[in-house]
Amino acid sequence: MIEGRTGQWEVVIGLEVHAQVVAEAKLFSGAATAFGAEPNSQVSTVDAAFPGMLPVINRHCVEQAVKTGLGLDAEINLTSVFARKNYFYPDLPAGYQISQYESPVVGRGQVRLDLPDGSTREVGITRLHLEQDAGKSLHDQHPRDTYIDLNRAGTGLMEIVSEPDLRSAEEAGIYLRKLRSILRYLGTCDGNMEEGSLRCDCNVSVRRPGETFGTRCEIKNLNSVRFAVQAIDVEARRQIELIEEGGTVAQETRLFDTARNMTRPMRSKENDFDYRYFPDPDLLPLVLDREWVERLRGQLPELPDAKQARFVAEYGLPATDAAVLVGERATAEYFEAVAKGRDAMAAAHWVVGDLFGALNKSGIGIDESPIKAAQLGALIDLIADGTISGRIAKDVFAEMAETGADPAAIVEAKGLRQVTDTGAIEAAVEAVLAANPAQVAQYAGNPKVLGFFVGQVMKATQGKANPALVNELLRKKLAP
Amino acid sequence: MALDKATVARIATLARIRLSDAELEPLAAELSGIIGFVEQLDEVNTDGVAPMTHAGMTALPMRDDIVTDGGDRDAILANAPSPAKGFFAVPKVVE
Amino acid sequence: MSLTALTITKARRGLAAKEFSARELAEAHIAAVEAARPLNAYITETPDRALAMADASDARRAKGEAGALDGIPLAVKDLFCTKGVLTTAGSHILDGFVPPYESTVSAKLWAAGAVMLGKTNLDEFAMGSSNTTSYYGPVENPWRRAGDNRPLVPGGSSGGSAAAVAARAALGATGTDTGGSIRQPASFCGIVGLKPTYGRCSRWGVVAFASSLDHPGPMTRTVRDAAIMLGAMAGHDPKDSTSSPVPVPDYEAALTGDIKGLRVGIPKEYRLDGMPGEIEALWSQGIAWLRDAGAEPVDISLPHTKYALPAYYIIAPAEASSNLARYDGVRFGLRVPGNTLDELYENTRAAGFGAEVRRRVLIGTYVLSAGYYDAYYLKAQRVRALIAGDFATAFERCDCILAPTAPSAAFPIGEKSDDPIAMYLNDVFTVPADLAGLPAVSVPAGLSADGLPLGMQMIGRAFDEATVLRVGDVVERAAAFSHLPGFISAGAQARR
Ligand SMILES: [Mg+2]
Ligand SMILES: [Zn+2]
Repeated sequence: MIEGRTGQWEVVIGLEVHAQVVAEAKLFSGAATAFGAEPNSQVSTVDAAFPGMLPVINRHCVEQAVKTGLGLDAEINLTSVFARKNYFYPDLPAGYQISQYESPVVGRGQVRLDLPDGSTREVGITRLHLEQDAGKSLHDQHPRDTYIDLNRAGTGLMEIVSEPDLRSAEEAGIYLRKLRSILRYLGTCDGNMEEGSLRCDCNVSVRRPGETFGTRCEIKNLNSVRFAVQAIDVEARRQIELIEEGGTVAQETRLFDTARNMTRPMRSKENDFDYRYFPDPDLLPLVLDREWVERLRGQLPELPDAKQARFVAEYGLPATDAAVLVGERATAEYFEAVAKGRDAMAAAHWVVGDLFGALNKSGIGIDESPIKAAQLGALIDLIADGTISGRIAKDVFAEMAETGADPAAIVEAKGLRQVTDTGAIEAAVEAVLAANPAQVAQYAGNPKVLGFFVGQVMKATQGKANPALVNELLRKKLAP
Repeated sequence: MALDKATVARIATLARIRLSDAELEPLAAELSGIIGFVEQLDEVNTDGVAPMTHAGMTALPMRDDIVTDGGDRDAILANAPSPAKGFFAVPKVVE
Repeated sequence: MSLTALTITKARRGLAAKEFSARELAEAHIAAVEAARPLNAYITETPDRALAMADASDARRAKGEAGALDGIPLAVKDLFCTKGVLTTAGSHILDGFVPPYESTVSAKLWAAGAVMLGKTNLDEFAMGSSNTTSYYGPVENPWRRAGDNRPLVPGGSSGGSAAAVAARAALGATGTDTGGSIRQPASFCGIVGLKPTYGRCSRWGVVAFASSLDHPGPMTRTVRDAAIMLGAMAGHDPKDSTSSPVPVPDYEAALTGDIKGLRVGIPKEYRLDGMPGEIEALWSQGIAWLRDAGAEPVDISLPHTKYALPAYYIIAPAEASSNLARYDGVRFGLRVPGNTLDELYENTRAAGFGAEVRRRVLIGTYVLSAGYYDAYYLKAQRVRALIAGDFATAFERCDCILAPTAPSAAFPIGEKSDDPIAMYLNDVFTVPADLAGLPAVSVPAGLSADGLPLGMQMIGRAFDEATVLRVGDVVERAAAFSHLPGFISAGAQARR
């Protein structure tokens, strides 16, 4: 809900996500898809729409789309049709984009969102279809000309369309992160927004609670979750203001100006296009084999929702920790390696707390972590078997993060082994008591000073004394 | 159904073909003639008939995910009317 | 007998028997190509390439490695992309376009040893039935009416190929048939033209007109030559998703001359009112020939024939409007500058496309545009299904269909050009087989009263080119068509 001048407004959002299919070759040609190559160096005569060139579909791209559909818990359409979407633009060499219109390869599905308040809700997926990506237009290379690089032209895209089920910019952000997580688990899209492998069009409208949908605007080509969230927010506020001032929202395509944090209508003919979709006569209907689809279903990895449920059930983790741990497949795997045969709760705390802290500080991902799962596990073992105290463990962890050294080695090198030898501790205790007669005197009236003595003894033993033993001995000696 | 000048102008814009105002009238007449001719199809009862999009109806063949093409920028740019620095160039598109 | 008067069959024999070399055969044809220039049948002549290919062929033959068409000089419709050789589609908009690839069909011909004489003229983007819409000017039919010296159209769109083969400026040529563009010009020029089943010959590397209707095929002087050429052109192509994996039989072996008991369908709907009596008569003659050869004529009905042309003139332009969107002045061909991108597009396409192409692109854009798609495009595709259904039903009662190829003989250049629909009617007998994707061959069967060739058409079941060729061969023998176009009997002969 957004509070307007005249009262409450509900924001209604549906997203169209364009996810680049992970594949070696393009959707309909044998050219490479690698990112960042020399301009026009990964272009076939098919991608450049030379006369007489014909498309032949890449089986792997179809497989990736079907896998994604299965991962979104969606219907797979055993027969689907490729259609031409006709419009003129220099990064679209054929003058049409091969896409799917009336019959997409994937139908209705759903995505579960974990909301901040701990609740969850389902967002409907309308469809997923395969289509060609366009090339890139570079406007900053020449004063009067736009330069065209067709390397990306013809790369496989999955357009994933959601129902208008999202109710706030934040929810849209959560949806995008969740979708990205699922795609990365499946390995069907690398989710790399900087490289444009995940782009999003947002359909935004506002309405009074309970009323029917308002007129929507489509904000095109948002290439980060942050921008999507910002864009939806400013667009919703723009529409509310407009309506509250007696205006009406025009259905149009808009662009988000990140610099000025505002949306503006697209100048191009985008708004009065007539795409003239019709079945591509160069391509027969895409017919999938039921058994093949079921085989793919059998090969799906455990997805975030299932993993999260398992972490709660199997390791007894709180849902929130579990949600954090399953966000990235690598993180979940790291956690499980640490937790294996150990106190899972402790493992979760170290990973979510100290490890994430360290990684964020140095701004790296878990796969580049200087502390390997086995090493973190070993550290937890050292605490468990009393070799070091939890306090010392923190220092050891810091050292590990620094040097990547094994915890045992650090403990040895720095002589951090916990002292459990009663004699040695007793000596330290007596020394402290002797040195502080005043506090000893206070003890009878104020047992809290015990803490002071513990601190002194730990200090004297550079924290290596076993805290339990220290307490026990102090009580004994101070007892009247 | 006859096409008027405005309609011809609209589809000419969609098809990106410049037409002078003088061309619109005669073209409207010609195209209306052709549309009138094809509208004979209205006589045919096609209820329940599935549209035929292909002559030889078999399933779509698929290719393996192997890089077999591309990598020859010169060949791709060789026919371009005005290539620049390895790109195709067009008048600036403002967006 | 001059080398250019040979058929592919005889030339193959002569080359095998070392009666002459591929180089001699090529030289004779290069001279013939030059002699035929007045017809404007070729857009691009490639004599140097022809000689080089001929020498290579002689070398192969010396090593005993000759292929099915080794040393045979052929012409290629300028709709087929040829690596390193200007390819124009008869359009201004492809100015200077030199493909970096070779079409599958032409590549197969060269792989079989054939020699390339050049690229033949055609209606712009294969849109036409008279070869008068080419940016490179009209092609003249080598035939003239008796006592009338007006130049005639060769038919279209493969008019350059038809004229070249008829004028003995090539032993054979490739053509494409979308609405009759192989068979109708073959009929007008007195040669054999075969449109194979859709998917039989790959469309890869053939400039697209209407993808679901484009059929590459051979144009030759005899049915046997067509069988030989088709054998080399046909076959599955993984680069064309609509190419068929159905095995290619030995078409020459199908020419047994035996059609005893074969049921030949005679479609009553092809009897148009206003159709010249001589075509009616020739058709009856054809029926008689087949009956004499032991075939059994059966009356059949193709009830939706009348609607084939209107359906075609929705479907073909619709596909063309999309297929021709790539000609935008950015990556190849003509570019007419503009201050904005849209100006560049609109200037380029206005200057680059001729009147007929413009007309069809506009019609196609219109029938696909919002609000009209169902009424026109979908409707036409449903009617197309009915037309294909008509054939399927008919082929339960017959093995092959006999009909005229065109409703008239060749007409003077300029006639009908001001009336699109009159021009479209040329294809009334050829369009149905294109819509259904069925194989059909046109064979010269006789002369009109004023001395012009008339073709008979055989239509067969899908992938049954063999039967179509077998019947065509029988018609050819019965007709014993030995007339020569005036261009040869008078002009070219004198020049030798
Ligand atoms: Mg979209
Ligand atoms: Zn899309």
